[in-house]
Amino acid sequence: MSVLVDDDTRVVVQGITGGEGKFHAEQMMEYGTNVVAGAVPGKGGQEAAGVPVYDTVHEAVEEENADTSVIFVPPAFAGDAVFEALDTDLDLAVAITEGIPTQDMARVNKRLTETDTRLIGPNCPGLITPGEAKLGILPGNIFSDGNVGLVSRSGTLTYQVVDNLTNRGIGQTTAIGIGGDPIIGTDFVDALELFENDDETEAIVMCGEIGGEDEEEAAAFIDEHVDTPVAGFIAGRTAPPGKRMGHAGAIVSGSGTGTAESKISALNDAGVPVGDTPEEVADHIEEFLG
Amino acid sequence: MKLHEYQAKEVFADAGVPTPASQLASDVDGVVAAADEIGYPVAVKAQVQVGGRGKAGGIKLVDDADEAREAADDILGMDLKGYHVEQVLVEGAVDFTDELYVGITMDRGAGKPVAMVSTKGGVNIEEVAEEDPDAIAQEHIDPSFGMHPYQARKAVYDAGVDQSIARDVSSVLTTLYELWANRDASDTEINPLMVTADDEVIAADAVMNIDEDALFRQPELAEMEEEAASGGDDLEQKADEYNFDYVRLEGNVGIIGNGAGLVMTTLDLVDHYGGEPANFLDVGGGAKADRIANALDMVFSDENVDSVVFNIFGGITRGDEVAKGINEALEQFDDIPKPVVVRLAGTNWEEGMEILNEDLVTVEQTLEDAVQRSVAYADEVSE
Repeated sequence: MSVLVDDDTRVVVQGITGGEGKFHAEQMMEYGTNVVAGAVPGKGGQEAAGVPVYDTVHEAVEEENADTSVIFVPPAFAGDAVFEALDTDLDLAVAITEGIPTQDMARVNKRLTETDTRLIGPNCPGLITPGEAKLGILPGNIFSDGNVGLVSRSGTLTYQVVDNLTNRGIGQTTAIGIGGDPIIGTDFVDALELFENDDETEAIVMCGEIGGEDEEEAAAFIDEHVDTPVAGFIAGRTAPPGKRMGHAGAIVSGSGTGTAESKISALNDAGVPVGDTPEEVADHIEEFLG
Repeated sequence: MKLHEYQAKEVFADAGVPTPASQLASDVDGVVAAADEIGYPVAVKAQVQVGGRGKAGGIKLVDDADEAREAADDILGMDLKGYHVEQVLVEGAVDFTDELYVGITMDRGAGKPVAMVSTKGGVNIEEVAEEDPDAIAQEHIDPSFGMHPYQARKAVYDAGVDQSIARDVSSVLTTLYELWANRDASDTEINPLMVTADDEVIAADAVMNIDEDALFRQPELAEMEEEAASGGDDLEQKADEYNFDYVRLEGNVGIIGNGAGLVMTTLDLVDHYGGEPANFLDVGGGAKADRIANALDMVFSDENVDSVVFNIFGGITRGDEVAKGINEALEQFDDIPKPVVVRLAGTNWEEGMEILNEDLVTVEQTLEDAVQRSVAYADEVSE
């Protein structure tokens, strides 16, 4: 079993003729992902990365039965690209683009409530089910097939933690990078629910960071609804208040909300051990798996 | 990106929000001339991007030209929480009977904007939010429709604003929302919105934060950004030039990495192993050799730095490019100014390790080892 993506997933890449779009479409295919089309306005009829390009996502869905989109569209147009994906009723849209204006995402957020499409991202590395398919930019070679689900707000931190797991022979069911922006589609709670309902996922890693209250909400959800053991990591313990640490969402407000301490204690209260280092996260997972 | 007070006031005033008479000045004579023209009493306010200016001595109320000269002398050129004061706003003092708070911000949890009104203005509104949340009336707004007039009225009445000024406060709130939406702001705030004995409202302060990701469609504000950025910390200005996400901290271990989460984790590990991070520096995704060299230049320019740790986990970023950049940056020195520890993982790390000149750096295989080594180096230097 896998979460959200498998080798049947039929992918359209929005922005496939751009440098990033083309490179990662090829990387995804090399990994085994079933990329069936590209969508780029004005480039219909061409071919890129070995698949046909259509002017619209609608055409890609009609002609190639695409059910999932991966979006590599520049930030100024990416909000519109997400709307287009939502308008075609795809199962899943994954927005890799970094730097989409927050107000565009607020409007996307509203539209999401009116469709059945799940959005992952934006500003995320995507997701991967090792050995089956990857959607996005994650380096496939560090992942291995197994029974740990991973959800993270940060791309490179995901790689680090996966590396710690893989080095000990602990594989993953699916790893999902949900992105570090203030407004995102799929959040921790959604991902935890998916892993909780997945038969193969026997333990979960949740990597959070300072800013916002998503980790606190996730902790409350774990307390109520998650039986699968979860280990956590929170980046940004040393971050000073008021400074944006790279991610648009990673800023501790002056009033003390969104701090690493509040997140760690919320998780601890929900029975989730939080590692001081990525190594310690792997220790906890090893213990869970026995 | 945060606008200076004078810039935000200009934007608010252009949109019809009442603001006091004011002039910007950058020398003592200019301050006195401005104050004479506006008429005493006036406030002399430092224009730097830090909170708590008043408490730090950056705002002074003056009654005559001598006091204006003295205040200008004190404030211009002062160091306010690390920022050099180069300009002051000279502003007519408002004789007020009441102070309100009005603001629009993004409620990230709800994923939509929220309008806020409170009769507890003039104080730190975040403290009010924490201690007495009911004192702030809130109204969520659907960004696809914008703020309906009734929503502005509702927030104003819910906050208990006096009937005599309710219409004017609603109008200010509506304007703040329009500015928020049309100018891609993340916050538009007035605290305090002063109420005079004649039932007039007037913005005594102005806060406007702009979403940097949207500056491409806000050319006027992008121009203001250049002005706003001036007067900042030297190293942070350099980081702006190089276009790095950079935050200067108090410690002595310089940190360079790719990806915000991983860099934050590296900072945390430096702290965990008994060191003190000197900075957060994220080179971003896909950095090429010249960018890596710039990052090293950046961290070497911080005189507090005693050692440097590079933590790269390549996805889009390639280890060979990183290694090339490190070599390029270090080969220019006869003596490398501070010890550099490098940890490369992910895409092309093996190629990177082959390229990396190990006479110039210390290589460690794991994040934990790299961090511990850099902390040890920093300890040796500072002893």
